Amino acid sequence: MLLVVVGLGTAAPVLTHADASAGFWARAVRMISLRDHNTRVVLIGTSLLGMSAGVVGTFMLLRKRALVGDALSHATLPGIALAFMVMTHLGMDGKSLVGLLAGGVITSVAGLACVLLIRRTTRVKDDAALGIVLGVFFGLGVALLGVIQSMRGGNAAGLESFIYGKTASMLTSDAVLIAVAAVGVVLVCALLFKEFALICFDVPYAGSQGWPVLWLDVVLMGLVVIVTVIGLQAVGLILVIALLVTPPAAARFWTDRLDVTVIVAAVIGAASGLVGAGLSAMVPRLPAGAIIVSVATAVFIASLVFGTTRGVLVRVIQHLGLTQRIAEQHLLRAMYESAEASQRGSAVSNDRAVGWSSLIDARSWSQRELRRLIGRARRHGWIVEAPAPSQRTSTDVAAQSANDPGTSDRWFRLTETGLAEASRVIRNHRLWEMYLITHADVAPSHVDRDADQVEHVLGPEMVRSLIELLEVQGRGASVPPSPHVVGVPPALPR
Amino acid sequence: MNKPSAATTTNASAAPVHPRASLAEPAPWPGAPKVATGAEHPEDAPLSIHDMTVAYDRKPVLWDIDYNAPQGKLIGIIGPNGAGKSTLIKAVLGLVPMASGKVSIFGKPYSKQRRLVGYVPQRESVDWDFPVSALDVVAMGLYRRIGWCLPVTRRHRNAAREALDRVGMADYADRQISRLSGGQQQRVFLARALVQDALVYFMDEPFAGVDAATEQAIIALLQELRRGGKTVLVVHHDLQTVETYFDELLLLNMRIVAAGETGEVFTQENLHKTYGGRLTLLDQAAEAMARKGVRR
Ligand SMILES: Nc1ncnc2c1ncn2[C@@H]1O[C@H](COP(=O)(O)OP(=O)(O)O)[C@@H](O)[C@H]1O
Ligand SMILES: [Mg+2]
Repeated sequence: MLLVVVGLGTAAPVLTHADASAGFWARAVRMISLRDHNTRVVLIGTSLLGMSAGVVGTFMLLRKRALVGDALSHATLPGIALAFMVMTHLGMDGKSLVGLLAGGVITSVAGLACVLLIRRTTRVKDDAALGIVLGVFFGLGVALLGVIQSMRGGNAAGLESFIYGKTASMLTSDAVLIAVAAVGVVLVCALLFKEFALICFDVPYAGSQGWPVLWLDVVLMGLVVIVTVIGLQAVGLILVIALLVTPPAAARFWTDRLDVTVIVAAVIGAASGLVGAGLSAMVPRLPAGAIIVSVATAVFIASLVFGTTRGVLVRVIQHLGLTQRIAEQHLLRAMYESAEASQRGSAVSNDRAVGWSSLIDARSWSQRELRRLIGRARRHGWIVEAPAPSQRTSTDVAAQSANDPGTSDRWFRLTETGLAEASRVIRNHRLWEMYLITHADVAPSHVDRDADQVEHVLGPEMVRSLIELLEVQGRGASVPPSPHVVGVPPALPR
Repeated sequence: MNKPSAATTTNASAAPVHPRASLAEPAPWPGAPKVATGAEHPEDAPLSIHDMTVAYDRKPVLWDIDYNAPQGKLIGIIGPNGAGKSTLIKAVLGLVPMASGKVSIFGKPYSKQRRLVGYVPQRESVDWDFPVSALDVVAMGLYRRIGWCLPVTRRHRNAAREALDRVGMADYADRQISRLSGGQQQRVFLARALVQDALVYFMDEPFAGVDAATEQAIIALLQELRRGGKTVLVVHHDLQTVETYFDELLLLNMRIVAAGETGEVFTQENLHKTYGGRLTLLDQAAEAMARKGVRR
């Protein structure tokens, strides 16, 4: 607390050398309060950079061009080195950002041209061509940096920061350049949203409609080049691809809509840029690029687990729910079919009790599973415990005595709602069986197990069309008889 | 849907045959061609291919294709795998360059007649994990009409919903496309072509991997299109259903083996020429022939 007060007291509006020795907290407070104009601009710049990377990255990822983006970013290095050499040779400031980035753009585009050339003239596969270009261009860049170092001594120091990224060296004018370019990129994406969506989803259709697929691709890759190049200073050319790919990949776990994916990716990218640049301003030794990408990766992992649409947690819960529903439906079917077997000919009613042992025999349930299942079915109000029937058939008695005596004398019957639910389940099941027999050329004896799997995905529309197909329309919600012999349930559990 | 606007489009782009003129009388002109060559007015045909050759990497795939499609018919394109059926459609739509030849749609190059043509690509040609809903995909059929940089509005979404309704998919409009069954995905593709309100449709294997109910729904839809005077060319695989589904056939294997009315060209001999020594398919064909014999 005291530190904060001290920090606030000593914070100066402009960064001076004296401040460099100030403590972490002082810097943190200055950072968070955005007192310092330069910090403010750098933070805004990197946030906008992250936002534009999220937006463009979404389309790049959906167009399946992530590897191209990686090759493009690595191919900027020789351009930066060459630009430095040319500018110093001409007596200009060798570290003018605009000049260096222009060099990066040129070799990056040249790299892409090489990829296309290799693809056209040789039988080398796309990914190999991209790998070759990436390696050759990056190697050339490293070699040129070595040449520069030996030529000019320490003068070239700072050029390597383009490899790993360094926000500390960022000037206000640099940040403004980044911000303007980033906003421009986002605007282009907004304008071409539906065109990009179309070429990402269905190239043949887009072409058949007369959309200039090639040019839209060129524009999209051009935007990727721009984001890569403005990201060089903050994130570095090795990690900039991560900033392009990670936010959209994370966003996919939260939504199934393209517009929302783009927005979520933009927010994740912006937040990563903000937090990363902020942390590295507080702790100057931490490389900004690594932090920015780490933050994005942390968000990705969190999305992977907690994402509401495709997250692991949601899927596990859904899967458990489905398994549970299937088991409950099996129980209802077992109850129903057992009642049906004993009331052959007449309509199935719910006044007949079914014993524990015949349920156990109906499926490969363990005693514990069945106990839990029955508990759940009772909570649903589907079955109730019933008194043992006065006159048992001989088979029932024999089966009961073979079981463990603690549960063997428990009997259950379906309630009204339980009977209705069981009828629905059975009806869907048998419609499917009939469907498979009549339409898919499946032998009737093989049907039961297949039908078990699909009956749980039958929607009302399918049932309607099945009923029409089967010409059982006049019978409404009644249960068509099972096309195979009931009472010999499939032995194999799924 | 935008029926009036589609009609104006037709007139404005001077398609010589009015879409609804032939509603009652299915044959658009006297002596419509039964075989590929010798049409009296090929320039009037919904699709006219002249002397087309297509090659991938110097490997010829289609040779000397000459074909005029009659209007208002369901036309099946059949042939073995790799026969060039998809390539034929793609070349007509300008997606694959032609080594030689000329294609016209109602007498004009395809690039001038795009609005009159609906295309249903093979279902496997796209990634169904894409983050869009069924409605979004159908709306893509309207993008050309919407134009550059303008957003999809409520009016377009309503039109898309209507098209989904026509294929029985209204209940699934907002569902992400990977959560649809294969048959439902195929219907979404159909709806995207329908929403264009075109006059000629090209469909690449719309029956591949769909359930029987969808197949019935699709064929009913095709027949409805035919009643509306539209011409529909369908790549098809199941020789058993060829006769019941199509008025006309185009038997293809690098070259056109035969083209014309189904009853005339669907013969053992032509199938032999088309499928060569592919035995399983010939068995299928023989079976179809046998049943044909029984029926008659
Ligand atoms: N993009 C392509 N590049 C090279 N060859 C291709 C390409 N597409 C198809 N082919 C070849 O052209 C032939 C015809 O293909 P296609 O038109 O898809 O056949 P079909 O649709 O009748 O099964 C095949 O031999 C296939 O290998
Ligand atoms: Mg094909």
